[in-house]
Amino acid sequence: MKELYEGLRLGKATRDAYGEALRELGTKHDDIVVLDADLAKSTKSAYFGEEFPDRFFNVGIQEANMVGMAGGLASCGKVPFISSFACFVILKGFDQLRMAVAYPKLNVKVVGSHGGISPGEDGASQQSIEDVALACSLPGFVVCVPSDEYQTRAAVEAAYRHKGPVYIRTGRPKAPVIYDGVPQDFEFGRATVVREGTDATIVANGLMVGAAVVAHEKLRRDGISVRVLDMATVKPLDEDAIRRAAEETGAIVTAEEHLIHGGLGARVAQVVCRTHPVPMEFVGLNDTYAESGDPGALLRKYGLTADDIATAVRRALERR
Amino acid sequence: MGDAAASRLEKGLDLPALRDMATRIRRHIVTMLAEAKSGHPGGSLSAVEIVTALYFGGILRYDPKRPDWPDRDRFILSKGHGVPVQYAALAEAGFFPVEELMTLRKIDSRLQGHPVLGTAPGIEASTGSLGQGLSIGLGMAMAARLDRKDYRVFVLLGDGECQEGQVWEAAMAAGHYAPNNLIAIVDYNKYQLDGAVADILDLEPLAEKWRAMKWHVREIDGHDLGAVLEGLEWATSQPGPACLIAHTVKGKGVSFMEGENAYHGVAPTEEELARALGELEDVLTRAEHSIEREAAEEREAGR
Repeated sequence: MKELYEGLRLGKATRDAYGEALRELGTKHDDIVVLDADLAKSTKSAYFGEEFPDRFFNVGIQEANMVGMAGGLASCGKVPFISSFACFVILKGFDQLRMAVAYPKLNVKVVGSHGGISPGEDGASQQSIEDVALACSLPGFVVCVPSDEYQTRAAVEAAYRHKGPVYIRTGRPKAPVIYDGVPQDFEFGRATVVREGTDATIVANGLMVGAAVVAHEKLRRDGISVRVLDMATVKPLDEDAIRRAAEETGAIVTAEEHLIHGGLGARVAQVVCRTHPVPMEFVGLNDTYAESGDPGALLRKYGLTADDIATAVRRALERR
Repeated sequence: MGDAAASRLEKGLDLPALRDMATRIRRHIVTMLAEAKSGHPGGSLSAVEIVTALYFGGILRYDPKRPDWPDRDRFILSKGHGVPVQYAALAEAGFFPVEELMTLRKIDSRLQGHPVLGTAPGIEASTGSLGQGLSIGLGMAMAARLDRKDYRVFVLLGDGECQEGQVWEAAMAAGHYAPNNLIAIVDYNKYQLDGAVADILDLEPLAEKWRAMKWHVREIDGHDLGAVLEGLEWATSQPGPACLIAHTVKGKGVSFMEGENAYHGVAPTEEELARALGELEDVLTRAEHSIEREAAEEREAGR
């Protein structure tokens, strides 16, 4: 995978950063309780469980019950962080997220690991390509897909501060490092300009921010100046940053490790067509599941690399 | 504990007064459903004695003036379609005015068609998508344990609802964590929307299923207020989670609705309402007469 992020250092996996941030938060806040559904070693919620066994519930392999329990704990004043693979906690727990969390607006933090197709070899059943669209469809949910270990730490802290339901998606592989350290100004709903540019804007999140930065370099060598926006928060979107990108750069490409329908791209397009319509292209999975394979090979086969983003930028520029 | 709540704990109504309360609640149920012109009479009426015993038999600790009192007992109506019985009890208990019952299911009402947390005071969970209340209740029970509080959590489940897999996820998890403050009550009225539970997807052996999940289980007559009270007191004194399987009759208390599944989700018409209220009026009157007669007999005996 490293070869896909030329020029960037591979840091910790965002799931690792989640586990560490959660353990740290646990030392400061007694009201945090953590639930997992027998994937604690994979989601890294086990870091918290080892430190605070009394406040850690490994409920076994039953996502629906885990989400319901979190609702009950939250209604009694606890701040539950609940984890499983993204596909399991969101898809298997979806009606429970609706009834026991979103509808009553309870203070539950959902953290799904193994987002996207980069979990790799286990195949499509363990990969998660629908979770962001589903989470965004729940009224009142904040939905965040952080790009690297530092932003993940900031997002987990922000999730604790935020009163209400939050979904954070983390990833399995080591993630290219985007930030120098934990961004102190991180807040939900505010995008970060990772690279400046004038000819087009790439709006990306998660692992795709690294690919966007590499695309920025490749295009720069060809004389094309591209802005890279890290849109970690898919909901609420930073509408202002999107409008400015459309006005100032005149073309937008979205990049997400997710289906292009219902996720980041679709939501950004809604803002672009309402505020300042410009040509758009969408990098992501187009109505298909992926398969088993080495993560790097998968990202190449399914069109989620810097080269794919650069090609999409050129297509958008042709239509401007 | 607040004074009002403390007194509620001490003072349950006596059996004749509880029976009257049950009848009043039945009158509210049929009246509000007729006014709403929709809703679920059958499964509301079958749970009347259970809900009456909880709220008025000295079981639930609550303070209607402080519905968010942190140490209150929680009651979750997991079979959310039966919510008229809970709204009626909450109104009678003073959580909101009895007149508000007539706003059920209407626009801008706090009394939503199924329970919604944060609307009517006294509602503890949003339900209506079946199978979810026990998980929420288990979360509450574990919160009490973490905070070293002694509040109890009561969850009323429908029988058809027990076909949902999540009920058994929660039951298994509760058996494992073994909270002694979690009580499940199954309103076993034997019918679900499409027909008899035994025909559609039989639950039996139901008690054995709960026992297999490491619950303490008792079966009771869910319309015998004395038995319900005794069962609830037994359930709250068990060392782990307890389940009361309450055998009930769907539509109980209204002759033409009893065991008649057509009234699962159909509100009474004006004429049916008049008949139902007439029958329930007779029950109240008979009860008053019998109280007077008992009092007279006691006077006789004392003389």
